[in-house]
Amino acid sequence: MIRFTDVYMRYQTGNDALKRLNLHVEQGAMAYVTGRSGAGKSTLLQIIALIKRHTRGQIIVNGQNLDRVTGNRIPLFRRNIGFTFQDHRLLNDRSVFDNVALPLVIAGYRYQEIHKRVRASLDKVGLLSRENTRPMSLSSGEQQRVGIARAVVHRPALLLADEPTGNLDPALSWEIMKLFERFNQVGVTVLIASHDLDMIKKMKKRIITLKEGCLLTHIGNTLQE
Amino acid sequence: MNKRATIGGQSIGVTRVIKIWLIQHAQAFVFSLGQMSKNPMGSFLTIAVIGISLSLPAGFYLLLDNAQRITASWSGAAQITLFLKLETDDQHVHRLSEKLQQHVDIDTIVIIDRHQALTEFKQISGFGEALAALDTNPLPAVLLLQPTSNVISSGRGEQLIKSLHDMPEVDIAQFDRQWAKRLFTIIEVFQRAVFMLSALLAIAVLLIVGNTIRLAIYSRHVEIEINKLFGATNSFIQRPFLYSGLIHGFCGSIMAWFLLVVSLLLLEAPVMRLTGLYYSNFRLAGLSGNESLILIGSGALLGLAGSWLAVQRHLKVIEPV
Ligand SMILES: Nc1ncnc2c1ncn2[C@@H]1O[C@H](COP(=O)(O)OP(=O)(O)OP(=O)(O)O)[C@@H](O)[C@H]1O
Ligand SMILES: [Mg+2]
Repeated sequence: MIRFTDVYMRYQTGNDALKRLNLHVEQGAMAYVTGRSGAGKSTLLQIIALIKRHTRGQIIVNGQNLDRVTGNRIPLFRRNIGFTFQDHRLLNDRSVFDNVALPLVIAGYRYQEIHKRVRASLDKVGLLSRENTRPMSLSSGEQQRVGIARAVVHRPALLLADEPTGNLDPALSWEIMKLFERFNQVGVTVLIASHDLDMIKKMKKRIITLKEGCLLTHIGNTLQE
Repeated sequence: MNKRATIGGQSIGVTRVIKIWLIQHAQAFVFSLGQMSKNPMGSFLTIAVIGISLSLPAGFYLLLDNAQRITASWSGAAQITLFLKLETDDQHVHRLSEKLQQHVDIDTIVIIDRHQALTEFKQISGFGEALAALDTNPLPAVLLLQPTSNVISSGRGEQLIKSLHDMPEVDIAQFDRQWAKRLFTIIEVFQRAVFMLSALLAIAVLLIVGNTIRLAIYSRHVEIEINKLFGATNSFIQRPFLYSGLIHGFCGSIMAWFLLVVSLLLLEAPVMRLTGLYYSNFRLAGLSGNESLILIGSGALLGLAGSWLAVQRHLKVIEPV
């Protein structure tokens, strides 16, 4: 699903955020990206979603060479990806329902279909009863879940989550991780950036550890930096 | 054959593509109405400025139109006299008259040949004896032209005179009344002024709409970023802004139309009193159906163009971070 070959990413400031990264995530896998603050976790996810561009090397995502995905192809490419943000990024001037509906509206679904899918998606994250509220009046954990519902409502092949449990309590974090696991079980490839090591270990999934932009290890849970 | 591939490898039929397109247009239209209703004061102010900007040139146009209708009834007085060169013989005069009769701007022609001119002159002046003493006729042949009424009122009178003057047989071409000439020059100047004013105010409308849309784009940049992140194309994102420009322009021109109607109602009675002193049956003309459509259509188009300019400049730079 995702293959990095000798990938470098240098910011215009001269920072090398990723250095000679080689990586392969199979279709249908679920993996965690971890590392200290500044290690390049967000950069990695953003490069996959074409929010940022790598500066050297080759990246294949879903069979497509990212170097060739430019201009008008970017929107179509992104429709196969779901993204959640550490800071939620929900739109506060519209309801939870409308927020979750966004990827479907973009893809041009008709209203009946949107209605059905949004409600199913909200049901999965346990927020169906809040569909008419504004995101602002939800707790941080609830907002995070709305963000997840939005990321999966269009049934993307690949789900990228940047610190989805950033500032949630352990119980809620666990619940959200289980939610991701359920999506993974229906065939979605899931990549989660997180520095919550204790919980990651408990999930018993593959772990990709970055250190200053380099791949440290991705074998089991050997995480002594 | 008629299939379009998507990234996931599925293909969708053409009818489905068209359906999606229609649905998205309807959604964008409703959405931009919703956005306008969320900021009613701002929208109203923009619409009001557009309305006033459009009502000015349209109002001047009406004024001009009415002035032309009045002067059209005066143009009966505006005959053109052509003094032909002395060497032009009668046969030539008739041929010239026939040729001029074909001219679209000329209605009727009266020929006064040299002989007639002399006879008339003898009768009127009383110099009969003195003229009889001359062995040649000193008077030129004259053509009296009646231009069609729209020539004069549309300000093309000067042009006609000039083209007549340039004919080889013609010695002098002139309106028989100087005041008419002045009036038509004024109409011409006024027409040009209205034209320039319209151009300036059209640019003003473009700028007003452009600025409103620019503000809307920046106040919604978070939304635009998220839309792009979930695969929205540029045309999807710009659509509601374009509709918003179109709606502002449309409402603005409707407002201009109302302003004109109200002004005409207020002016009607005093104008009737004034013109009643000269003409019995003059009525102030408002915009015709076609003219109203042109006003509203051009308002909507200006709104669309203004928002298009703003979108081209400001939308592309917003990228998700
Ligand atoms: N816009 C930017 N311009 C320049 N350098 C940047 C930019 N964004 C990130 N960096 C640098 O790139 C490196 C990786 O940043 P990144 O945000 O990917 O780290 P991270 O692992 O997500 O950290 P955190 O856990 O704090 O979110 C850091 O050294 C950071 O300073
Ligand atoms: Mg980060």
